[in-house]
Amino acid sequence: MKIHEYQAKQVLAKFGVPVPEGRVATSPDQVKSIAEEFRNGPVVVKAQVHVGGRGKAGGIKLAKSPAEAEEAAKQILGMSLKGLVVRKVLVESGLAIDREYYLGMILDRDSKRIVVMVSSEGGVDIEEVAAVSPEKIAKITINPTLGLADYQIRYLCFAGGIDKSLVKEVAKFLKALYRAFLESDASLAEINPLVVTKEGRLIAADAKINIDDNALFRQPDLAAWQESEEDNPIEEEARKRGLTYVSLDGDIGIIGNGAGLVMTSLDVVAREGGKPANFLDIGGGAKAEVVRNALEVVLLKPDVKGVVINIFGGITRCDEVAKGIIEAARTLQVEVPVVVRLEGTSVEEGKRILAESGLNLVPAATMREAARRIVELSYAA
Amino acid sequence: MSIFADSNTRLLVQGITGREGNFHTRAMIDYGTHVVGGVTPGKGGQTELGAPVFDTVREARAATGANATIIFVPPPFAADAILEALDAEIPLIVAITEGVPTLDMVRVFEVLKQTRSRLVGPNCPGIITPGQAKVGIMPGHIFKPGPVGMVSRSGTLTYEIAKDFSDRGLGQSTVVGIGGDPIIGTSFLDALKAFNADPATELVVLAGEIGGSDEETAAEYIKASMTKPVIGFISGRTAPPGKRMGHAGAIVSGNKGTAKAKVEALEAAGVPVANTTDEIGDLAEKKLKRPAKV
Repeated sequence: MKIHEYQAKQVLAKFGVPVPEGRVATSPDQVKSIAEEFRNGPVVVKAQVHVGGRGKAGGIKLAKSPAEAEEAAKQILGMSLKGLVVRKVLVESGLAIDREYYLGMILDRDSKRIVVMVSSEGGVDIEEVAAVSPEKIAKITINPTLGLADYQIRYLCFAGGIDKSLVKEVAKFLKALYRAFLESDASLAEINPLVVTKEGRLIAADAKINIDDNALFRQPDLAAWQESEEDNPIEEEARKRGLTYVSLDGDIGIIGNGAGLVMTSLDVVAREGGKPANFLDIGGGAKAEVVRNALEVVLLKPDVKGVVINIFGGITRCDEVAKGIIEAARTLQVEVPVVVRLEGTSVEEGKRILAESGLNLVPAATMREAARRIVELSYAA
Repeated sequence: MSIFADSNTRLLVQGITGREGNFHTRAMIDYGTHVVGGVTPGKGGQTELGAPVFDTVREARAATGANATIIFVPPPFAADAILEALDAEIPLIVAITEGVPTLDMVRVFEVLKQTRSRLVGPNCPGIITPGQAKVGIMPGHIFKPGPVGMVSRSGTLTYEIAKDFSDRGLGQSTVVGIGGDPIIGTSFLDALKAFNADPATELVVLAGEIGGSDEETAAEYIKASMTKPVIGFISGRTAPPGKRMGHAGAIVSGNKGTAKAKVEALEAAGVPVANTTDEIGDLAEKKLKRPAKV
């Protein structure tokens, strides 16, 4: 789960990380009065949306006066950044920047540990630094039993090009970042840039934290930050109904059981010339009601031209799936073609239920046949 | 022969009295797996599906001589259940649980690598050696004994492939579902090494997906050391970057973990990569020089 910059800063502040004075606003008026409160000095107005590269896209603006801040807010609020509408901005007092560092921690699949990265090249996308000058990033992994050791911090700072006089200060930031990472069940936590001000003070000018979805059950405060309005409303509806749904750009709805099988169904539909509208996994052992919900959710997307249902029954029973399809088809008056491929547990019973329903459901024997049929039928008109 | 599980497997079930655990224990017993005991803290002394229940894994192992355990414990307690099994020195630990916090798995892995135990999963369908033992939740009847080893990150996709193989008369030595989480105990590489050493396995199917670089690591090993033919498959070719496709680990981050990179790595290692699931069987028949289905 992604959280906003201002939320990440709240988390970090709790662990003792200094962050700029700042407030969240939803209107240009508010932005103006916040800027006035900040001694009429320069402020930064920053779009709060769950995407990277906000600065380049015009979502971050400097303002020298409250009037300029108001103007910046007018431009930023309501703008669309990579498809997401900006509804909130963070207004912060400006900093007199001398240097910018990078501090980051990420769960690394290869080492199966948290990797820590430090670089004197802060303020830019760290992946760009990694691509152009990887020697400027110092990297270590943390043994979870031992934690982040002092010698590792010293290595990171010296090898990462941190000014020797600032190593002790940066060490405090790294320790706090690590504690915040663990206690928030993060999968990524970055301070970028860590600003060294002209007065020689260190401050987290920007921060990013992603939370491990699997751990949300034990992070109720963070889970409460999950936002619906920004996300796709159909994804939100699917989440409410307990379905794993991912919205895609195409027009053929896809329903299946098991992540790997659904992903493969998307690939096979694409291979046959179709454009998948979504990923929807009904999970294992789904009852008729889950299937009905799934079909309803997929059809919420107005431009869906057809739906393919691909089920391999293991724990999931094909007769239950068939019942769910019929319930949904009867109540929804489905107007687009629906191709159903059933295989595995109780498949004969499932096929019989579908055949006897009198509904216009197109059976298919294999995944590839199902994909071919739905592409033909959906794009026929 | 086979890998990881066979007719000598003596299995414990951690979470045997829970709904999931109970349902699948019954199915495993029906398949012929030797379920020698269960563990549910506080329910020691009871009998469940004919098997004695113990309070702790240590006690269960001492009383039954178990050499494997399967875990159906809910996510908040799953890592602790794995640690308990590691502490009791159970050689094979299969964790079915989906949704284990990743930082819990970071801690588990650090302990795991200092032991001799093998962990498969979490978030996996388990292991089946057809005709011998099922340590998992897969529908047993679609698997048939034979020469093909299979390793996959996914459940139902594996069933799809395995059933097609069985229908073609291509049985399986062992089928391992390694799980869809970012941090798992057994990698593609581990499974390939085991299949390479298993005399009953003549060919291996590797079904990977987007996310991470396990498939790329496996490809390096195949190129350097694999003595048996491998057929590859990668799902998620159409998945856009930054979207998690069901599995916690199935995500393309920036330009990392793409299907394209995985397909290229496998092909560079001489592994033919199928475009659709039925093509996997076609490629396997060609490699094994078996007549194609008429």
